[in-house]
Amino acid sequence: MAEIVEGGGGGGKHGKKKAKKGSARIDMTPMVDLAFLLLTFFVLAATLAKPKAMEIIYPKEVDEQEDKTKLDDALATTLLLGEHENEVFYYTGAYKPDTTQLTLTDLSKDGFRKIMLDKNARVNDQVNQLKAKLESKEIDELTYEEAYKQVVGAKDAPFVVIKTIDETKFKNVISAMDELNICNVRKRAIQDMAETEAIAVRQRAAELDLKK
Amino acid sequence: MPKIKIPKSAPSLDMTPMVDLAFLLVTFFMLTAKFRNMEPIEADPPSSTSLTQLPEKVMLITIDTAGRAYFDISGRTVREKLISRMMVRYPAVKMTQEQIENFSKMGTFGQPIELLAQYISGDEDVKAALDQASKGIPLDSLNNQLGDWIQEGYYAFVDDATEQGMTKEQLKEEGLRYAIKADANTEYAKVEKVIDVFREKQIFQFNMVTNLEGADSNADASLTAE
Repeated sequence: MAEIVEGGGGGGKHGKKKAKKGSARIDMTPMVDLAFLLLTFFVLAATLAKPKAMEIIYPKEVDEQEDKTKLDDALATTLLLGEHENEVFYYTGAYKPDTTQLTLTDLSKDGFRKIMLDKNARVNDQVNQLKAKLESKEIDELTYEEAYKQVVGAKDAPFVVIKTIDETKFKNVISAMDELNICNVRKRAIQDMAETEAIAVRQRAAELDLKK
Repeated sequence: MPKIKIPKSAPSLDMTPMVDLAFLLVTFFMLTAKFRNMEPIEADPPSSTSLTQLPEKVMLITIDTAGRAYFDISGRTVREKLISRMMVRYPAVKMTQEQIENFSKMGTFGQPIELLAQYISGDEDVKAALDQASKGIPLDSLNNQLGDWIQEGYYAFVDDATEQGMTKEQLKEEGLRYAIKADANTEYAKVEKVIDVFREKQIFQFNMVTNLEGADSNADASLTAE
């Protein structure tokens, strides 16, 4: 059997004649080291390579006009994503060319997320209650999902429209969607920016000197 | 009381089972690891906090910063069926059995179908040159090859699944998923072009491939929410 062999070989009794009784001892420590090194490598390589994905559902082609009338403007927040990464603005309610003020924000955790968590506080409270119930095993996974859908899809839940221009970077759109996922805002849409809004964004960006 | 004897030699520890175990695991991971196919492009996806894993059975469209589209679909048998279907749709395209075989083993590609045969049989240099010159799979309305790949890809997948005895219900549950992997710096309009091709085919649900960003941001959110 393999054993750890003492360094030095245990005195000068190098047996010439006596064959050892037990089997030959091999120091297996380096082999174990190597095996675990390889093991670690393969485990890490296998788990790190798995890509993650974010699910996005686009609406079917529907009559937009009809769709819009159903939503209450008071619950609306519009996020405008401009050409550069830091050109992120939002406004609430419907867009009125003269009075609507674009507020600068960003997609970090202290930016738009804070605003939406605040606006969506009631929904978030309910979601947290549901999560607590799920954790304490009061409800099962299926009921949770049903209830979650109801809570986030409630008629009076705030909704967000993400508006883009052609040059908007893909990563900004994904970050924005990610923020909405975190804030439990499930009522959202991605749309092309109207010309008036695009002009307003350009103006505001120039005012604030955002160009990178 | 007798004296406690301290053994002279170091305590021996039998490591054989540990080595056995370690090598067993190494072998397992080596055998189950799938080697990634060479990809003709680099597309570095944006990061998000999403923890959902990319589904196994997936049709993947990769978009690089220039807006070039690349196509990939999982499953060798599916790919074989797909290329035969595409040859029916484009009768001018001829491929040998060997090329079909090679296509089924290939990964992502971004060539117009006219150049595909040449691309498949080409060696590394030819491939590199073709990739360099490629404008991706054509997707404009006059020559919407990407749309055809998507449609035929779906049919090929359904054929294959039915052959393997999947029922319609199973197909609905665990059927083909559609993923888009776009470089973080791609202009959104270019991604939208690809999405529009999908929408024409009545496909509305996508998995956007993302890198996982600092896993703590999710926890942060729930803290602030309370």
